[in-house]
Amino acid sequence: MIGCLNLEITEDQIAPDAPLYGEGLGLDSIDVLEVALEVSKRYGLQLRSDSADNKLIFSSLRSLSDHIAAQRTR
Amino acid sequence: MSLLPLVSHTSPDSIVAWRADGAVTRRQFLAEVGQLVALLPAGSHLLNMCSDRYRFSVGLAAAIVAGKVSLLPSTPTAEVVRQVKAFAPDVFCLTDSDVCPVDLPQLRYPVMAISQAGAIAIPQIDSKQRIAVVFTSGSAGIPQPHPKTWGALVSCVRAEAAHLGLMHDEPCAIIGTVPPQHMYGFESTVLMPWHSGNALSHAQPFYPADICAALAAAPAPRVLVSSPVHLRALLDAGLALPEIAGVVCATAPLSARLAQELETRCRAPLMEIYGSTETGQIASRRSTQTAEWRLFPGIKLIVEGNCVRACGGHIESLITMNDILEPITDEHFLLHGRIADLVNIAGKRHSLASLNHLLNSIPGVVDGAFYMPDEAGDERITRLGACVVAPGLDAPRLLAALREHIDPVFLPRPLLFVDALPRNRTGKLPRAALQALFQTRSARKSA
Repeated sequence: MIGCLNLEITEDQIAPDAPLYGEGLGLDSIDVLEVALEVSKRYGLQLRSDSADNKLIFSSLRSLSDHIAAQRTR
Repeated sequence: MSLLPLVSHTSPDSIVAWRADGAVTRRQFLAEVGQLVALLPAGSHLLNMCSDRYRFSVGLAAAIVAGKVSLLPSTPTAEVVRQVKAFAPDVFCLTDSDVCPVDLPQLRYPVMAISQAGAIAIPQIDSKQRIAVVFTSGSAGIPQPHPKTWGALVSCVRAEAAHLGLMHDEPCAIIGTVPPQHMYGFESTVLMPWHSGNALSHAQPFYPADICAALAAAPAPRVLVSSPVHLRALLDAGLALPEIAGVVCATAPLSARLAQELETRCRAPLMEIYGSTETGQIASRRSTQTAEWRLFPGIKLIVEGNCVRACGGHIESLITMNDILEPITDEHFLLHGRIADLVNIAGKRHSLASLNHLLNSIPGVVDGAFYMPDEAGDERITRLGACVVAPGLDAPRLLAALREHIDPVFLPRPLLFVDALPRNRTGKLPRAALQALFQTRSARKSA
């Protein structure tokens, strides 16, 4: 994620449960689109914004990983 | 007094929109507009925050019919909402969300009663009526208002529909990825369908899979109105695309390569639109065939030294353009980028002078400057950087303070803390010196 977004931090600076959006890691909607593309390429999974848990998925790195682990097709 | 209809759809049964439960006819749309008009509070200004495009359009129509002005700020951050309130103290917020953080009196979008009424006459609106005020960032951090009259907006979107070839007998579904609160989305996904007999889709798709679903949910022929950011993501995702009759793109110029790839993959013509918040849309081009932009009828560019002004057509006064334009003929011009002070990130615009003003007004910042690197030219978003002298502040606190004022896309990445800015002896900050500072920093990072 750091690589694809060119973030100014190191891996150990992302707390697994800190919010990705806004005050936490500070991602915005353009970043979320980039992450979604990377996720679709690596794990064969298309994110959708009408899914009920969309807010939850991006609430932290842990919940994003959990979602990918449950839905991945490769 | 010259009157123009609210919508141009000829029959009460013409389809004006597609929403989740199917088609909305002109009759039904006007009945719902009437229901909302009856609920509007006394204030004469409205901040329309509806995220569903159909509900936004009903809110806009109700405001127009009731003689109220819709305010369209660039991004409703907490500070911008305070400024909007200072501009129009009677402003209220129309929302279709259960949780709306906007600190204004709120009107919840109602559950509409199913109307059994007969055909309702199309409201006729005075072309001089001010129906919207769009805001750009001012140089001193105070948003600049740009009032829009009904006549100017209708004239603009009719010219747009003609340029896009959408004034024909077979109505299209218009699917937009850009929000209706942004000038381009306001014109191209709401007003243009209203005045070309086409039907807007309620959807506000974000991810590539959302865009495919929103396209598939509306019947063909379909036109996708989008931006380089969304279109690049759509191509990269490699999904099977539903049949598309046309693609419209604006907010930043596309590279010739991406334009070609889009036409090939979508099997449809791609039209780019050029415009600004101040002028509205003024030109278009078929990017795979020409680099030259063709002006809408009646619009003229006047060159005065280094400055280009636009007038005529739907433009109500002489407006200085913020881009470097080179007229080729009376009707055609080339676009050579932006004037240095302006940054445009994913269609959101700010001036560096205004961002620097905001940065330096944060308590604890001794000195600071934003820096816009040269763009990579591959449709990936280039981010701003900033360097600050702020001994008592850390990055999270500084970013939180900036977030109060500006859209997150403008937050600096990287944010460098330095002992002093590389100012020259006259106190000026040469761009080359900033560039060197950021390059040294990124070289050190990758070493």
